[in-house]
Amino acid sequence: MKIAVLTKAIPSYESTIRVDSSGSWIDESIVNYVVNESDSYALEEALQIKENAGGDSEVVVVTLGSENNTSKVIKDGLAKGADRGIFIKNESSTTDPLTVAKIFADNLKSENFDLILSGLQSDDMGSGQTGVLIGELLEMSTATLAIETQVEGDKIKVKRELESGWFQWVTLPFPSSISIQSGINEPRYPSLKGIMGAKRKELNTLESSAEPQKQSFVNLYVPKNEKVTEKIEGDADTIVAKLMDILKNKLKVI
Amino acid sequence: MVLVVLENQRGKIHPFSLEAVAAGQKFANELNCDLSILCIGEKVDELKSQAQNFKASKLISAKNDLIDMYSADGYSKVLSDVISELSPKYVLVGHSYMVRDFLPRVSAKLSIPFVSDIISVDFNSGNPHFSKQVFNAKLATSIEISSDQALLSFQSAAFSSDDIEEGAPVSVEEFNVQLSDSDIKSNSEPEFQESSTGVDLTTAELILSVGRGIESEDNLPTMQSLADAMGAEVASSRPVVDMGWLPPYRQVGSSGQVVSPKLYFSCGVSGAIQHVVGMKGSKNVLAINKDEDAPIFEIADYAVIGDVLEIVPKLTEEINNSK
Repeated sequence: MKIAVLTKAIPSYESTIRVDSSGSWIDESIVNYVVNESDSYALEEALQIKENAGGDSEVVVVTLGSENNTSKVIKDGLAKGADRGIFIKNESSTTDPLTVAKIFADNLKSENFDLILSGLQSDDMGSGQTGVLIGELLEMSTATLAIETQVEGDKIKVKRELESGWFQWVTLPFPSSISIQSGINEPRYPSLKGIMGAKRKELNTLESSAEPQKQSFVNLYVPKNEKVTEKIEGDADTIVAKLMDILKNKLKVI
Repeated sequence: MVLVVLENQRGKIHPFSLEAVAAGQKFANELNCDLSILCIGEKVDELKSQAQNFKASKLISAKNDLIDMYSADGYSKVLSDVISELSPKYVLVGHSYMVRDFLPRVSAKLSIPFVSDIISVDFNSGNPHFSKQVFNAKLATSIEISSDQALLSFQSAAFSSDDIEEGAPVSVEEFNVQLSDSDIKSNSEPEFQESSTGVDLTTAELILSVGRGIESEDNLPTMQSLADAMGAEVASSRPVVDMGWLPPYRQVGSSGQVVSPKLYFSCGVSGAIQHVVGMKGSKNVLAINKDEDAPIFEIADYAVIGDVLEIVPKLTEEINNSK
């Protein structure tokens, strides 16, 4: 079985995010890029499916973005056990999910993957569309928010998470593009051997040009505070004294 | 024309769809155009009867045995056909898990942009811009469309179902659904609920919520002690559940419970969108976080920028001493 895992480099949770001078993108120079969280679960799921399937199964880690931000993401995937990598170079900050998906689909079509796994959404753009869009563009079956997968011959059975504690099993024929919910498994850490071996693995770099977008950012801004927020500051003792006053006298909850 | 698509949630119109109806009426007023409401698939007649009281130009139903059970294949095909025939300028839906599952397929089939998880709309004299949260809700963006049509999904509470104008559809129509077995590649089984031994957080008056900022599972007893001192239920954000520190029934957010306690006391929760949609109805929000840019502070009444692991034990002691 031939499995692609889509991974994205996104700013870490701890990174300071500031709007740059253009007003429509962020200052990337002060950002630490890491692997998008749910993509780590997608990679682990792919590795487990490969290990169970045996034979000549293959896991290919795929990313799109600027060279500077994404190199770590591919290395991480290869170190954890992906067999090879595809890096689709795109130096423009493309934000339209359909444009992004078309670039992926154009570059991955000839690979004829049986399965494409992606995280349910990227924590930077949060559109949650890429995996499904690519599935449709490549005429694959699709499912989202998978919390369990079972390969059954030429089909894959997926437990989908619905809202508020409900679930649904869906059986999909291959080829299939499935987005993975976080928490589906326990992502492995790369071993030292894996890290060393990653350098010898095949990494194919493809060029993609800036494509027209049907939706684009007019600007980026710091959200307005929806509430009047009282800031509580000071050393720990001062903060605790203020919190006691709030809990006891203002909110009357203790 | 704007088209609102209603989603069925176990026999009732999904609450997000009601908000989409309110959005649709607002769009129709602002853009001076017609509003059509589409009932699709499962239990379509129930949806239709519940939608009889909404002011709209048209109430359309799309019915077929092959979409009695939801599937991304079936729904995306039927909605694409409806859009091709009616050519709505905007298609409006709630940003539900079902919409996330099938609407991107419509976007790709028809090459129409899909702006998802919108929090507000600036009608901008006829050329609307759509705001959404990005970069883990630390920033927001305003999006413009360069296309004749767009698909739009709204985050819960972007519009209020209280604003729905009552009335009746001017006409009621049935859409002629063209589907064959070969259109449905996947096989969906009925929805089910996992047997939960959990707690009902929705009725809790006080909730102490923990996020990844508590750093380690070993710090859970410290947090539990504060909850005990306050008489609060412990809740959490998704990462805490994913790491196995707390069971799934403690989770608040889009994939967990939606709560509205008197006080939501959040400790080390960053405030990712998926979490905030589950707790923004809380009457009071008190948040402790080290990161002053944490989006949780945007909806907090009380913001403590500090180390949760230093503050919580001291606060617990003070509360216990004051009893």
